[in-house]
Amino acid sequence: MTATVADAAPAASTAPVAAKTWRSTIALAVIAVLSLVIFGLGTGSGSTTTFVVARGTDFVHLPDFTVPSRVAAIVLSLVGLALAGWTGYRANQRRKVGLWLPIVYGMAIMGALLTWAGAGRDATSIQLTGLLTSSLFLAVPLVFGALAGTLCERSGIVNIAIEGQLLAGAFLAALVGSIAGNAYVGLIAAPIAGALVGLVLAIFATKYWVNQIVVGVVLNMLIVGLTSFFFSTVMTENGDLNQPLGMAKLPIPLLSKIPVLGPVLFNQNLLVYLLYVAVAVMQVMLFRSRWGLRVRAVGEHPKAADTVGINVNRTRVRNTVLGGAIAGLGGAFFTVASGLAFGKEMTAGKGYIALAAMILGRWSPRGALAAALLFGFADALRAQLGAIGSPIPSQFLAMTPYLATIFAVAGLVGHSRPPAAEGVPYKK
Amino acid sequence: MKLELRGITKRFGDFTANDRIDLLVEPGTVHALLGENGAGKSTLMNVLFGLYDADEGEVLLDDAPVVFTGPGDAMAAGIGMVHQHFMLVHPFTVAENVMLGHEDVRGPAKLLDLAAARRKVREISDRFNFNVDPDAVIEDLPVGAQQRVEIIKALSRDASILILDEPTAVLTPQETDELLGIVKDLRDAGTSVVLITHKLREVKAVADTITVIRRGKVVGTAEPSASQEELASLMVGRAVTMRVDKAPATPGETMLQVDGLTVVDDAQVVQLDGVSFDVKAGEILAIAGVQGNGQTELTEALLGVVGTDAGTATLDGELITGRSIKDVLFSGIGFVPEDRTEDGIVATMTIANNLMLDTHDKAPYAKGFALQPKAIADEARKHVEQFDVRATSIEQTAGSLSGGNQQKVVLARELSRPLKLLIASNPTRGLDVGSIEFVHKRIVAERDAGAAVIIVSAELDEVVALADRIAVMYHGRIVGIVPPDTDRDTLGLMMAGAHQEEAA
Repeated sequence: MTATVADAAPAASTAPVAAKTWRSTIALAVIAVLSLVIFGLGTGSGSTTTFVVARGTDFVHLPDFTVPSRVAAIVLSLVGLALAGWTGYRANQRRKVGLWLPIVYGMAIMGALLTWAGAGRDATSIQLTGLLTSSLFLAVPLVFGALAGTLCERSGIVNIAIEGQLLAGAFLAALVGSIAGNAYVGLIAAPIAGALVGLVLAIFATKYWVNQIVVGVVLNMLIVGLTSFFFSTVMTENGDLNQPLGMAKLPIPLLSKIPVLGPVLFNQNLLVYLLYVAVAVMQVMLFRSRWGLRVRAVGEHPKAADTVGINVNRTRVRNTVLGGAIAGLGGAFFTVASGLAFGKEMTAGKGYIALAAMILGRWSPRGALAAALLFGFADALRAQLGAIGSPIPSQFLAMTPYLATIFAVAGLVGHSRPPAAEGVPYKK
Repeated sequence: MKLELRGITKRFGDFTANDRIDLLVEPGTVHALLGENGAGKSTLMNVLFGLYDADEGEVLLDDAPVVFTGPGDAMAAGIGMVHQHFMLVHPFTVAENVMLGHEDVRGPAKLLDLAAARRKVREISDRFNFNVDPDAVIEDLPVGAQQRVEIIKALSRDASILILDEPTAVLTPQETDELLGIVKDLRDAGTSVVLITHKLREVKAVADTITVIRRGKVVGTAEPSASQEELASLMVGRAVTMRVDKAPATPGETMLQVDGLTVVDDAQVVQLDGVSFDVKAGEILAIAGVQGNGQTELTEALLGVVGTDAGTATLDGELITGRSIKDVLFSGIGFVPEDRTEDGIVATMTIANNLMLDTHDKAPYAKGFALQPKAIADEARKHVEQFDVRATSIEQTAGSLSGGNQQKVVLARELSRPLKLLIASNPTRGLDVGSIEFVHKRIVAERDAGAAVIIVSAELDEVVALADRIAVMYHGRIVGIVPPDTDRDTLGLMMAGAHQEEAA
């Protein structure tokens, strides 16, 4: 008898009862109602919106479809409202909702937004495939950056230097690619630049115990300074060292013929295919392999890892260098993979957005991909809405996806917990 | 396997933590390493486990000298250690924690073979009746189960010598009994166990041999048949009484009245669930319970450090919930926080400044905007003398004091105001026996002067020694309030959530 009671006993730190929380329900409902009022009721009753889902070059040509704007926007908003209601029902039962909900909810509200924006413009239409293609393309550096951040932080090193690693990768890819006259050679050079930046960060973080955020920020400024200097001296004086190179699109047979998704996913250049591989491999390795288990242990409880014979600082250095290499590879996006020459500070803060994508993705490669795609979509949407000329200043429109993101993630994905030992130097 | 330490010396700067220590652990025995906190027991074991390098001395396994450069070496040689602070990765499952560092893998990518790890955990768990689920996540497990996971971790690496560092500090009395049972089972299965502890009862219950360490030196060995008093005086270096001398309480009017106090934390977890009780003037109410069952929240809610979500508390008829901390303090509450280094003192400030943290803006410490250094120094000297704080000067930083002296500084400050209620959380945690006696005396003196006293303690011995009444907390509720002569088994069951009637 004694034994059984004691077993059930000291649930000490664990939660006795989870209290009900209505935050997410309210947030979702408010946005859905706003969507209903602005996008639904705010649309003229007679107007229509045309969505283009195919391009002339497609193998299977899907027809464009036109919907009555007002009805469509109202229906989509009501779907959002229903999902908010479902969240409330689950909260009342003290249960969580699945990950599908924020995704479907986001699609409904975005749909309403697009319908409203495209309403009554007979001459223009919403290019769905184009929108998705550019979402993916714009997400490329974010995904690589977020993967780099995930790799470092899972081992306990905060990598603020993603921005610098992207920029260094972009620079070296352009330089080496131009010298070799081949974009692919540049693509090989890019990760080396990122890895070097990662190595400096790793040394300062593990050997000298310098605050990792400070080192990261300083490295970012250092790389901006260095690349700008070489850009305005060597590269400007000698144009051959900074040529716009491009990488050909490599359509994958059969897969690229799938309607809508085919051209979006499987008619891309090598860097995008590398991205698929990187996400898949890292997802498996981080959570299924011996290496991943040890890395995560080092990031969560370095002393526990040490007491079972894992070398904490070596793991951290290796991960930070590898992470730097991945971010550097992502940097190639800006130059050789986009067919552009190098330009001063051309990464324009993408490294910091990647950091946000990493957190949004809860330190997992899969999540990083999803979050980066969301940000990529926001970017693409701003471009698209700017192109068709919408009734609201484009700056405000561009905010909507971010707002939706923050509410959806804060409310639904819930409390995200960083690796416990992140940013803390390991001293014996 | 036979383990022998010869002349182990370990210094940290000028401080000698281990001074030529010899130790012999025979195969298949339980060897207790007895000593006060800070005597150097854990340092010695960390040397043995390869976490520290010894300055002198050698380690022999089966008479052959060995050198461990890291814990990996020690484990490979068959030594396992369960640290006082568990070395478990909280978001991992039991199986993942057990396999970490010596994983079974498949294929060129070295993917984890979780099935093999689960099998291993189940096999050991079944052999010793540990009742541990390999797929449970560590942070969801009670402390006792986490400790069994640590033991599985060591056994899965074929440890033939198992070091347990203060293993019962975090356990309920029943869990402690279970653990001692496990220790005996392990010994009978041929594993040597080194038990590091300062608790005499446990030593007497399981040890085959006892080595006593004081101030980094071996001061003697004893047989388990020695009395507790003998062991205690060997450990402390002078005769000690095991009881707190106190007269029967003479409770007066109700001083503190708590009604339905409820605290919900940021994560929306109910930490304190409608707690009601009262404490009378001149009475000590001790709150027993396993750590993390709402005791911290209760004391902090009374002071106002955490907000309350329902319920009230009145002190001498005056409402204290919902008021500022300063208001509450000066309405007559003294507060000794459970984490003295974090919440009790400002480690980088001097003793003198720590002594006036609460009253720095009042006479005699301040006149208008200006502090009065002379008055501050005079008062500080007075307090240091009264409370026997062993310091070189009042300008010494509080952080450089020993735990016992830090606690005396906290007490000196908190008892310097006229008190109606004293709240002390784990007031003697980590203190040596001498300091414990002192702290206990001051607390009893405060009661006899007519204050109501609330003591929170995870040590059942302390609760029983001090209490006039005992309230047992479990999962944020008070399970029952019982007299101090209630037997330990009943208290233990109540700490595990059983109600008084069921327990008795």
